[in-house]
Amino acid sequence: MKTLLKLYGLFFKIGIMTFGGGYAMLPILERELAEKRKYVTMEEIMDYFAVGQCTPGIIAVNTATFIGFKRKGVLGGIFATVGVVTPSLIIITLLASALKLVAHNEIVKNAFAGISVAVCALIVQAILKLVKSGIKDALTFGIALASFSASYFLGASPIIVILISAVVGVIAKSILDKAEAKKKNKEEAK
Amino acid sequence: MTFLLVFWEFFKTGLFAIGGGLATIPFLMRMAENHNWFTTEELSNMIAVSESTPGPIGINMATYVGYSVGSESFGVVGGILGGILATTALVLPSLVIIMIIAGFLQKFRQNSLIEKTFFCLRPATIGMLAVSLIAMMSPLFFNPNGCGYFECFNLKAILLFAALLFGILKFKKHPIIYLAIGAVAGIIFKF
Repeated sequence: MKTLLKLYGLFFKIGIMTFGGGYAMLPILERELAEKRKYVTMEEIMDYFAVGQCTPGIIAVNTATFIGFKRKGVLGGIFATVGVVTPSLIIITLLASALKLVAHNEIVKNAFAGISVAVCALIVQAILKLVKSGIKDALTFGIALASFSASYFLGASPIIVILISAVVGVIAKSILDKAEAKKKNKEEAK
Repeated sequence: MTFLLVFWEFFKTGLFAIGGGLATIPFLMRMAENHNWFTTEELSNMIAVSESTPGPIGINMATYVGYSVGSESFGVVGGILGGILATTALVLPSLVIIMIIAGFLQKFRQNSLIEKTFFCLRPATIGMLAVSLIAMMSPLFFNPNGCGYFECFNLKAILLFAALLFGILKFKKHPIIYLAIGAVAGIIFKF
């Protein structure tokens, strides 16, 4: 029980210190878990991150679940996960109720209108970053275009888009890999 | 009933949003369209608050959306319950999935079928995120009422957007700085 509470407290602290997206969490995880406590190695943290990116859910939370589970099994995973989301629950709830009270204030309204513009600019940056790491060839470009069109013109639900993309990914990548293997074989035969 | 629906919507989001907090935005956009829980403008406020407060963005957004939906009909208590419910639903699928994967992490990483499956998910997220962006930008940049020659566009917003985007790409400072600049500009120039 003591270890579980410690895990909860540790990830509560990490949750507070995570500002922004999942990547912002990396240096904090490294310091708190790898250097100070030797719970995991830096390589393991990178592994968890890599898997956390391509499994459903929030990357930061996935990493917490991994490390908690590794330390103390199922309960450890649960305590670490609850720990990392508790600060958000408290802070956002307080903030949301406070903002509701002043939502009709002219100054607050103007401030949020300006902030919304900044949010759009930040999302553009996020998209550009994703494009750099995610669009590598004609196939991935085509998928991005197709998902845009399906969502914009047809109003397809995100779930459908994700499912179809996964299936297309498996089929297309298999074909590409086979073609490449064939090419290699031919070259070797020469 | 609303609470059950909130739980279900966020459970689906947790199960299908792959690639971190921002990947949940298209799902939240969908909720705005389907349920009348909040407008796209309110959503962009929630994203702003989530980016500038401690905690992972995805979790912050879930708590915020859950709070605002719950408090709409049941006041503060409903809001707190809604926030907890949305957040729990969002992390539940990944909690189970991660614990299953943790047992055979190395095999999972090297499995070619899984690698192939995820090959096309990032581009798909890019496409959907772009659609969400358009939905958020149009009410800011286009005048809903009255359309003469120049009144069609909200020039103030477009100029601010261009300046901020330039700053973001050039200086790469923490997002909170740009959000603060946006807030100050909004107040001074009366957006």
